Amino acid sequence: MGLDLRSAPTRAGGTGARHASPARGRARLARLDIKFSPYLYISPFYVLFLLFGLFPLGYTFWISLHHWEIIGDHEFIGFTNYTRLLTDDQFWNSVENTFAMFIIATVPQLLLALWLANALNRKLRFPTVFRMGVLLPLVTSVAAVAIVFTQIFGRDYGMANWFLHFFGVNNIEWQANKWSSWLAISTMVDWRWTGYNALIFLAGMQAIPRDLYEAAAIDGASRTQQFWRITVPMLRPTIIFVSIISTIGGLQLFTEPLLFNSGHMEGGTLRQSQTVAMYMFENAFNRFQYGYGSAVAWMLFLIIFVFSIINFLIIRRLAGGIK
Amino acid sequence: MSNVVVRRAKRAAAGSARLWEASPLTYIMLIFTIALSIFPLYWMFVVATRTNDVVGAVPPPFIAGQHLGENVTRVFETEQAHFARALVNSAVASAVVALSTVFFCSLAGFAFAKLRFSGRNALLLFVIATMMVPVQMGIIPLYMVMVKLHWTGTLQAVIVPFLVTGFGVFMMRQYAAQAIPDELIEAARVDGASTFRIFWNVVAPALRPAAAVLALFTFMQTWNEFIWPRAVLNPNNPTVQYSLALLNNAYSNDYTLMFAGTVVAIVPLFIVFVIFGRQIIGGIMEGALKA
Repeated sequence: MGLDLRSAPTRAGGTGARHASPARGRARLARLDIKFSPYLYISPFYVLFLLFGLFPLGYTFWISLHHWEIIGDHEFIGFTNYTRLLTDDQFWNSVENTFAMFIIATVPQLLLALWLANALNRKLRFPTVFRMGVLLPLVTSVAAVAIVFTQIFGRDYGMANWFLHFFGVNNIEWQANKWSSWLAISTMVDWRWTGYNALIFLAGMQAIPRDLYEAAAIDGASRTQQFWRITVPMLRPTIIFVSIISTIGGLQLFTEPLLFNSGHMEGGTLRQSQTVAMYMFENAFNRFQYGYGSAVAWMLFLIIFVFSIINFLIIRRLAGGIK
Repeated sequence: MSNVVVRRAKRAAAGSARLWEASPLTYIMLIFTIALSIFPLYWMFVVATRTNDVVGAVPPPFIAGQHLGENVTRVFETEQAHFARALVNSAVASAVVALSTVFFCSLAGFAFAKLRFSGRNALLLFVIATMMVPVQMGIIPLYMVMVKLHWTGTLQAVIVPFLVTGFGVFMMRQYAAQAIPDELIEAARVDGASTFRIFWNVVAPALRPAAAVLALFTFMQTWNEFIWPRAVLNPNNPTVQYSLALLNNAYSNDYTLMFAGTVVAIVPLFIVFVIFGRQIIGGIMEGALKA
């Protein structure tokens, strides 16, 4: 077919007229192909995203403006769901839990990941083995991890309490209190994600020119000084990226606290560890209040958006300030 | 004079090598970290091989027993969990989503990297922006869409919405942009190849390394998906993660049963990781560099 396109005009002569029209047809097809193929190729993503991503998100907002339950009329009530949320203690409780766990989990996680990446950035024997070792937790499934850690944090026979009793700590009922359940859940999150973040930091560290360190060493800078004055500032874009990803993920925390409380969407008898995502799920799928649940979803969306930006600003300032 | 220079250069070279050397302390800390990574998994395996009388044991058991087969059998016999069906469901869903993601994302990535069309940059920016949207928050209406389509409780509900992802499109675009020379595509064009033929015969083979990483990621991600299957599927037709939660809810005191379930759920991921660990790490680190 390709050969035809070029040879048709050269064959020309008396038969030229007869050949010209299919050739022109083919040329037109080729033009159409070049013009529209790109759109055709990228369209599956847009179709799917519009249908199952953007439309649901927009529709969530529409639903949130209604009194919308599984049966009965869908009455338009404007922002009533949102004003109700603002005075809903259970909602604020879930916000408190989400932020507490987000901070307890993320801050040590990122510091640990930085340290780990710095260690992995040294000249090591068997670098791949070490990298696989730190990534291993990520390839295990969330549900499995949550189940195992829930047993580790069991009151009577849990390994955490067994370990702590050597230090004179009495059995802790981890689920019972806010702080203890926050700590236990944050531990699960950190166990799973620290290694992954360390690898991302490591990738950023390897892109830092080595002569910078050599020059600093000649000037007498210690390793610690090199770390804070060269590595951290040079790593700023990566740190921002990782923090934003962690914010988006951390504020949507769901599976770990859910399984930690044996599948109860309330997150404990007193809602000690119910997150916003769980509260949304509880309203929508346990109480069938789709309107109210959607308002929770949008509040969470807003919170994530605002915090990604705040995060970005803080880290830009912090990492830039250490120069 | 030149002697001094040589000596100084030698010292600098030795210094720079020493600069990157890992101290024994670094090794010790790293090994300790990795031990922490492995320990919960090891312990999961240990409990899965024991009987339930280890539950109250002090100190807790640290050595594997001989009851793994028995416990695994009990998992499959637990009616509420539908574990066998869950395994099949997860395998099918993960494989279909992985293959489709690789195909559509390669196609779109190729278009964004190598084809010229108006609106290209704006459209690509849109793809990147979608990566920032927490789509999970749309599950309530997504659920309603599924109700309208009569898809609740069926496997396509956990497959179709995820057939192509913004992350994948972006990843393949980045790879295609640097892996495929423009001349190669122009040469194929001059030969009169259609755009799809160019994709299939020229571009797709060159994209293979990135495609493999994307396929692995997607497979693992789908296998691990929890919140959406939990919302849209029925307890009698679950995926693996959902089934684990059912097991957990039904028998939260039967440790060996639950742990045997988690071991079976993790084995496929573990195999993938052992075989392709190097590529997965490469993929994470390359993706990080470009982001």
